[in-house]
Amino acid sequence: MSKIYYLPSHEYIKVEGETGYIGVSEYAAKELGAVTYVDMPEEGDEFAAGDEFGAIESRKAASDLFTPVSGVVLEINAELEDDPKLINNAPLEAWIIKVRITNPEELDSLMEEEEYAKFCETHK
Amino acid sequence: MEIKNTCLHDRHLSLGAKMAPFAGYDMPIEYEGLDAEHKAVRSTCGIFDVSHMGEIDIKGKEALRFVNHIFTNDAATLVDGQAAYGMMTAFDGGTVDDLLVYRRTADDFMLVINAANIEKDITWIRSQATGYDVEVRDRCADYGQLAIQGTDSEKIIKDVLGLDGSDLGFYTFKTLHDGTILSRTGYTGEDGFEVYAAPGVIVEMWDKLIAAGVTPCGLGCRDTLRFEAGLPLYGDELADDITPLEAGLGMFVKLDKPEGFIGSDALAKQKAEGLRRKLVGLEIDSPATARHGFELIDMDGATVGYITTGYNSITVGKNIAFALVKAPYGAVGTKLQVRIRRKLAPAKVIKKRFYTPNYKK
Repeated sequence: MSKIYYLPSHEYIKVEGETGYIGVSEYAAKELGAVTYVDMPEEGDEFAAGDEFGAIESRKAASDLFTPVSGVVLEINAELEDDPKLINNAPLEAWIIKVRITNPEELDSLMEEEEYAKFCETHK
Repeated sequence: MEIKNTCLHDRHLSLGAKMAPFAGYDMPIEYEGLDAEHKAVRSTCGIFDVSHMGEIDIKGKEALRFVNHIFTNDAATLVDGQAAYGMMTAFDGGTVDDLLVYRRTADDFMLVINAANIEKDITWIRSQATGYDVEVRDRCADYGQLAIQGTDSEKIIKDVLGLDGSDLGFYTFKTLHDGTILSRTGYTGEDGFEVYAAPGVIVEMWDKLIAAGVTPCGLGCRDTLRFEAGLPLYGDELADDITPLEAGLGMFVKLDKPEGFIGSDALAKQKAEGLRRKLVGLEIDSPATARHGFELIDMDGATVGYITTGYNSITVGKNIAFALVKAPYGAVGTKLQVRIRRKLAPAKVIKKRFYTPNYKK
């Protein structure tokens, strides 16, 4: 059973136990347009909540990516190196990094699904 | 600053365009998608709302002499119904703006300037007009502007708008009975037309073109198209502190005009002394795109310039860029590095026209 949380900067974290899958929301994927490249960190990199961990590029622009919670990178999604458009096709499946969540309490300050949907509606 | 709308603003909204502020206007960035719009222009035709561009009339007995005083290219070589591209430079040779000069007659010119520079340009032009027998008129509110670009443009304006452009060569124009100007010009590297007309006329034309199924194109692909064709954008490749010579636009700078022009002394001096920096093309060996402002570094780690525009090019299929570099690093084949966030990517200087334009001869 997984639960999903969001940042106002449109990253999500899908949580399964102490593992989190971080990517960008459907809203962000649509706003970006066709993704051309995802700049990812390396396995073993450590981040605090709110740190920039990479960037996502479309034809038009590059957007920095921020970690919703503190964690250690367990894996990067190597499929995105060959096919970054997977993010456009299925953003919630095409996670960017898999992390070990080091401070689960930080999840409490994130938006849950319903709240995030409202947030997108009011920030159009 | 208050955000302005063009005459086609409600059309963009009803087409569901992604909108963003550009040069003080709320402009469409893309409709269905940048890539598809880019390809439409390269393969058939696309239309752009460019009503944000500024128009200024210079009229009077000394109109030609005054235009030539503020313009780097030579308006005296134009015939009636011909247009020229060039720049206005300041006394130090820095670029005030790049523009099109349309010669209706020797005492009647229209200047088309960048939206972002309208106020600056008008102030500049008026301040330089003292002592000349000319009238400087701001016509921005009188004209909307539509660009119809791509190889099918001539047929489409004939079939859909009843406009005959077949007699127009590249960089020529004609004025229709209602004052509409039809010009064979553009900013995409393709054949095409730009139409200047009263806002109501522009809206009517837009509606007809959309109804006929022509692809609406936003500023997103306007930038990728002009970039591939090696055309500069003011604010990126040109600026108050970048001269046209540094930007590689020497062919539009006529230093031998009999009376010179504002900035000609400084530019002649810069040319004689040799350029200290120049605009180059770059091919970047990385899946990441080098964008405006990113630093260029030589193989010893010294900063030697910066990126002015960069894209993952739709036509070329690679990451390419324009960059302003110190002159010794400007030779084709020079190896450099670009700092893209935390990483350094290898780059190589290449020719800066990435796409060979298909202009009407």
